[in-house]
Amino acid sequence: MGIFEKFKIGLNKSSKNLSEGFKNLVINKKIDSKTLDNLEDFLIESDVGVVSAKELKQIFTDTKIDPKKDSLNQVNLIVENYIKKSMKPLEKNIVIEEGIKPKVILIAGVNGVGKTTTIGKLGKIFSKDNKQVVFAAADTFRAAAIEQLEIWSEKIGAKIIKSETGSDPASVAFKAIEFSKKNNIDCLLIDTAGRLQNKKNLMDEFKKISKVLKKIDPNSPHETILILDATTGQSALNQVEEFQKITPISGLIMTKLDGTAKGGILLAIARKYNLPIIAIGLGEKEDDLELFRAEDYAKALMSSN
Amino acid sequence: MFENLTNKFEEIFSSLKKAPSLNEKQVEEGLRSIRQALLEADVALPVAKTLIENIKPKAIGQEIIRSTTPGQMIVKIVYDELVQLLGDKKSEINLNAVPPVSIMLVGLQGSGKTTTAAKLAQYLEKNNKKKPLLVSLDVYRPAAQEQLKILGEQNSIQTLPIVKEQLPNDIARRALGAASLSGSDIIIFDTAGRTQIDLSMMSEIKELKSTLKPAEIMLVADSLTGQVAVNIATEFKKAVDLTGIILTRADGDGRGGAAVSMKFTTGVPIKFLGVGEKIENFEVFHPDRIANRILGMGDIVSLVEKASQNLDQENIKVTEENLKKGQFSMQDYLSQLRQMKKMGGMEGVLSMLPGVSKIKKQMDNANIDENIIKINEAVILSMTKEERLNPKIINASRKKRISSGSGTDSATVNKLLKQFKMMTNMMKKMSKGDPKDGIPPEIFNQLK
Repeated sequence: MGIFEKFKIGLNKSSKNLSEGFKNLVINKKIDSKTLDNLEDFLIESDVGVVSAKELKQIFTDTKIDPKKDSLNQVNLIVENYIKKSMKPLEKNIVIEEGIKPKVILIAGVNGVGKTTTIGKLGKIFSKDNKQVVFAAADTFRAAAIEQLEIWSEKIGAKIIKSETGSDPASVAFKAIEFSKKNNIDCLLIDTAGRLQNKKNLMDEFKKISKVLKKIDPNSPHETILILDATTGQSALNQVEEFQKITPISGLIMTKLDGTAKGGILLAIARKYNLPIIAIGLGEKEDDLELFRAEDYAKALMSSN
Repeated sequence: MFENLTNKFEEIFSSLKKAPSLNEKQVEEGLRSIRQALLEADVALPVAKTLIENIKPKAIGQEIIRSTTPGQMIVKIVYDELVQLLGDKKSEINLNAVPPVSIMLVGLQGSGKTTTAAKLAQYLEKNNKKKPLLVSLDVYRPAAQEQLKILGEQNSIQTLPIVKEQLPNDIARRALGAASLSGSDIIIFDTAGRTQIDLSMMSEIKELKSTLKPAEIMLVADSLTGQVAVNIATEFKKAVDLTGIILTRADGDGRGGAAVSMKFTTGVPIKFLGVGEKIENFEVFHPDRIANRILGMGDIVSLVEKASQNLDQENIKVTEENLKKGQFSMQDYLSQLRQMKKMGGMEGVLSMLPGVSKIKKQMDNANIDENIIKINEAVILSMTKEERLNPKIINASRKKRISSGSGTDSATVNKLLKQFKMMTNMMKKMSKGDPKDGIPPEIFNQLK
């Protein structure tokens, strides 16, 4: 199954919603200001945010959609192009270069977005690529977070560096990078506790983890990835903003796009913050993490079957 | 975001004319920006729309309480509507069943079910003197059962021993038996996270429901949820007929519009809030707090409330009538000063008004002496009734009497008289419409 098909299946519910929604709004309707308002409303309902919705409405207005020709197709095309244009420059692959050992990837996010699961899935992708992977269980707060990551490490044959629940997460991270360096490991994935971006002490703790890694490798973490949940509303924008303040975010992964959430917030974030998007999570299974491709994302979201 | 909205709101309303009651145009303008506020707060669009349609007829013709603006009145009306919607009648947790009473927690992945299960157990232990048993039916997420077991151990709450490879429905049956044996009177069942469109997982909770016959089935939902909240709540209600909602992460920066969306579309009451990572960070739901957050205009709401509480409506009517006749007396001035005092003085009134930055700046520059209200009150009280109604008769000897009676000097009395004259002029202007350039600076000079 190609990535595009998989995208489509995962995003099926969402794509249905978007194209169906447009269909109801524009087919056999006069494209007047009321229709344009309805289009804007519908886009807001997809969480794309008020800004993107307004911009798209403006484009609809400027292009003067011709109701005599296929109006749905025109609307779809506009949105598709808008998404592509906004998101194409943000595609990003994570490459495990030969020169850097270990490539240190730090994972951040609020509680319950799917950090541990995403690490497991990422680990699987890298080890399939014959890279040696180490997990650092630096979520020392949530009960059984360490056990959860441990089960993943067994599944994919990665080593795990851990400590007691309640211990200092920075020290776990330090131990892990030390170990990885010594053992010539290709990739170190660091799981951290969920933290709400408005909790100062927790955000400081995160900063400390990032800082302590530099003692072993001043260029690390090479990637700091923020995980976002597709069901989150406008708070996702704040999450990006606040985590950015603490430490530079090098990429985003959006999880849970297999539900009904349209993940439109990803567009809102792309418009506002210009952050690279690495992958999207399309399900609970081990392989349900896909590299982000703007065309596929836009097409799968828009195509009407 | 919050301040932007409030400012925008003020901007729109500063252009609206004062009137005794809200007219249709004012209501429409006001509700348009309220709609924006609701959407930015993640209230689902269809919900925001219906809400506003419902409010419109209630707001049109609504009397505007004196000293508030049309915009402020609309905010208050929307706020009241939100509070009523979110929970006009208190809905407590239902434990009326033959023990052991089963409570089932359901929801999406990562909404916080496991943590909530432990919090709820501890809450019931402390507040309802119950002996809960915690049971995890999540056989899918790695280490989910361990997580609940550890939470139980940490907080001395009993958990059902884990038997590997057992299926959820079998664990459920085992729990019912175990609770009877151990004397637990409440069993809290934590279930696996599931998306509402996952048919096989949704039929699993239906099956669990028929096994457990729970007194409560509560949806655990993240208060940061976006527009999809409506769909989540509707589908879970359809599947298992929810009896309550628990909102988690209410300590985050989300504005909590999801709460409105879910309550509005399903009618299922919100019962608890998770407000932090510690086990005791769990509280009974307060509709007013969420309503405040959604609108982000709590200060306006409390201003209107204070104004309607404190203002002596009759006094105002008299003042208004006098104003119309062009007869603003010292007596009216006195009652105005007293109202101002009740509301925390000039500073108090102004600090409650977000966005009136122009006047606020004037205030700061003017360096107003808050004591002036007290002094003026004393001076007016030392006047005779006749003098209060017709200040023109106050001559030098009357001034002397008034100043010694109020413990001031004749300069102060003069100042008050001058101030009063200006006030009368301004009142006349204001009764014809809002002053475009804020308050004339001379007034502030007079208050120094």
